[in-house]
This record gives sequence, C-alpha cells and structure tokens, in this order.
Amino acid sequence: MDYPSEYLYSKEHEWFRIEGDRCTMGITHFAQDELGEVVFVELPEVGRTFDAGDEIGTIESVKAVSELYTALAGRVVEINEALTDAPETVNEDPHGAGWLVKLELSSPDTGGLMSAEEYRAHIDGA
Amino acid sequence: MTDQDTLARTPLHAAHRRAGARLVPFAGWEMPVQYAGVMEEHRAVRSAAGLFDVSHMGELRISGTGAEAFLQRLTPNDVSKLAAGRAHYSGLLTERGTYIDDLLVYRLGAEELLLVVNAANRESDLEWVRRHAPEDVRVDDVSADYALLALQGPAAVDILSELTDVDLPALRYYGFAIGEVAGREALLSRTGYTGEDGFELYLAPGGAEAVWDALLEAGRGKGLVPAGLGARDTLRLEAAMALYGHELDRDTTPWEAGLDWVVKLSKGDFIGRAALERQRENGVPRRLVGFEVEGRGIARQGHPVLIDGEPVGVVTSGTFSPTFEKALGLAWAPTGMADPGRQVEIDVRGRRLPARLVETPFYKRPR
Repeated sequence: MDYPSEYLYSKEHEWFRIEGDRCTMGITHFAQDELGEVVFVELPEVGRTFDAGDEIGTIESVKAVSELYTALAGRVVEINEALTDAPETVNEDPHGAGWLVKLELSSPDTGGLMSAEEYRAHIDGA
Repeated sequence: MTDQDTLARTPLHAAHRRAGARLVPFAGWEMPVQYAGVMEEHRAVRSAAGLFDVSHMGELRISGTGAEAFLQRLTPNDVSKLAAGRAHYSGLLTERGTYIDDLLVYRLGAEELLLVVNAANRESDLEWVRRHAPEDVRVDDVSADYALLALQGPAAVDILSELTDVDLPALRYYGFAIGEVAGREALLSRTGYTGEDGFELYLAPGGAEAVWDALLEAGRGKGLVPAGLGARDTLRLEAAMALYGHELDRDTTPWEAGLDWVVKLSKGDFIGRAALERQRENGVPRRLVGFEVEGRGIARQGHPVLIDGEPVGVVTSGTFSPTFEKALGLAWAPTGMADPGRQVEIDVRGRRLPARLVETPFYKRPR
C-alpha cells in the first residue's frame, strides 16, 4: 500500500498534507481497513479551532466508533461534505477523495508526526 | 502480551483463517467477527445465505426420570407441551423473575432434554442448574461434544438439501431432526437468530470442518458466504431479537422485554412465577421499544433516551442497519411513553439526535 511520501502521519493513523499554513487531513489506509466499511462520519463545524491532540470528530463502522484526532492545532476551514452521502469513500480512497478536514494551522510545528517510512514501520509493528 | 493464548478456539478455527476472517475475543473464545465485511455478509444472508460458526454456545444435557418436571420448575415456558423433535425458546429466571439467561430447550426424549445457552453465561447457567437439580436428574455440560453451525437465508433449504437425507420441507420452524449432513451425523433444527429461514446444525467437533467446507462448496454459485458475529448482530437487531447483556439481564423480566409469549403462567409453579405475577398486577414499569434515528448519527447501547428533554430511558442495542441504511435499535422507555410514532431524542456522546419510536420487528422476511 502506498503511503504518500509528501504526507506526515500520526500514531493515531491520521495523515496530514501540509501546504503553507493550510493542511488537509484524513485517516490512513491502515485505519480504514481496521475499521471496516464506514457508514457514518461526524466532522467538526467549519470555523472551530482545535489544539493539537484534540478529538475533532468520529468515523463509524457498523460495529465501531473511531475517534478522529488532530495532531496539529488550527481552525477548520473546510470539511468533506461528500462523505455525508458517500461515507464509504473513506474506505475506497482514504488518502485522496476520502479526505476529512482542512485546517488553517495556528503553528508551523509538526513535531511528533512521522514520515511515510516511519509510519510504515509503526504499523508493521502493530 | 496478548490474551490470545488463553482464548478457546472452535473446531472451525483453521477454516476461518483460510477464509480470511478477522478473529476477535468473544466470551473467552476467538471468534470470526467478519470475513468480507459486515454489510456484505448481512446482505448475503437476506438475499441468499450465510454460514455462521456459533460453536462457542453452550449445551447442557438434562436427563433422568425427573428431567421434565425439573425444567418445568426452572423455566417459564411449558416443557410438558414440548414434543419429541421440537424445541422452544425459554429462559432461566431468578426468584425476582429476571433473566439469568435466554436459551432454547430441545426435547431429545421423554427423559432427555438439551439446553442451548449463551457462551458468556455457560458457567453460571451450569452452576444454577446444578444447584437446583434434584436427585433424579442428571446435568451434564456437553458443550465440548458439539460444534454448531447456522445456515441462514432464503437459499438455505436449497443448499442444505444437496447434503442431507433429512426431509427439509417437512421440518417445521422450531422442529428438529437427526440425520446426516455431508456424511456426518447431525441434529438439524429449523431455528436461527437472523429473521430468515434457516437451520442450526449440531455436529460432533471432529467432522465440523468437513461439513463447513461441504456447505460452502454446495452454496458456491447460490450466493452463500461465511458470515461472522458482526453480521449476526445486525441481522438479529433488524429482526428485533433480544441479546443477553443488552435487552436481557438480571434486572429484566420477560414482561418488560416483550417476551410475554415465553411465559406460561397456567402451567404451574416455576422459579420467578410469583414475582412475575406481582409485576403484572402492579403494572410493568418499562417496555422495550424500537427506534429509528432521524438525525445524523448512530445511537448505540448506553445512550440516554430523552422525551421532552428529560432522560427517561436508554438504548439497549443500536447499529447502522444494512437493509434499511439507517441507524436504528431498541431502547427502554417508561410504559406510558413507549408508543410507536412518538418523537424522542437520543444523546449520542453529547449530541441530541432526533429519533422516532417505531413498531418492531424492523424486518420481516417475505413469505
């Protein structure tokens, strides 16, 4: 499975694509595989701000509720509305069309996030 | 380290691994929760068939001259009306009339009956039954003697008829017969936990894998898939069937759970009878009711139910229904408020979701 090298990854199995002071995030292939078929996604309201480590939403399969965390502090500027009617997009294309939230970052600090290589090692040990 | 080492395995364990099952701990067993996926397996059962391994369930054999009289005293349903070749749904109740377990009773003979119990309650059920058994009754835990497969769905008869000598069309709902499946002796009962037509097959453990493989082979091309505990739960919930630990527990009576039909007060005395009569006289305080979520979200066990802003009940089971593609479930509501059509709210992790009380079952198979 391809984990894009230009993304950064959290221990909670989220990916972050950083472009200047903006960032797009989602959950990784590993996370969607663990979760099973996603049937409901709860995303934060646009305009809300979060600190690093905050819970910002949930992703649900039939059997499980998985909390979504942001590893980076920022303000929500966009959420993926398409997931309301097609939550399974998270399974089909977790690193692309299944993106969840876009943040305007309040800090350039991305310490604590892993590279694709480090993340791959992290899940191989799981 | 993992407690995978202390988990029990059913005779189908190797078959589950081969089929790519996701195995999880359940009631001390390593069980398949899904193979291809819960939604896919659920839909297969509704449209064709699914094959479940439920060998983790417990079987207690009650035998001897006093066996029938003993079970008459121990259970609320009428064992004297249970003929050979028949099973019925029943329970073990406390003196307060509340559930120790729900179970099936099979009449194997005049002096031999089989209780089929939930895996999680096997030890406590056995202890209860043994504690109350009189001299002329023998209680044996024969769980290790049985593997149990469930073949469920509209195609079940078609698939199973290729492999058995038992006359399946003649087997009525809740009837059973002893015969052969794929050359192995089996007890086949027309029972299940999905709301579909189907069979539960009680087999000696040694031949279970061969029967499993033979069924999957016979069902290939007829839409049969292996199905796990995940789909088992969504299927039974759509059919509004109770699950111990959710709808049933040691604080719940059959009246409250809507299982009035299981209780035959006129058959004579049984443990819990007096308490049940009292509750009926005083008024049953709460009822199980179905709900459908109208807001965005999925209500699950433990979420409070609010009426006019006040918490009055709690969700006992909730899921996303693959058949109806909406969140639904069962909940406790005060008896006067448990009316279908009523608007309620369900507190899902701090968000109040609008929901509507509805009639159950949500799903009834086409006949």
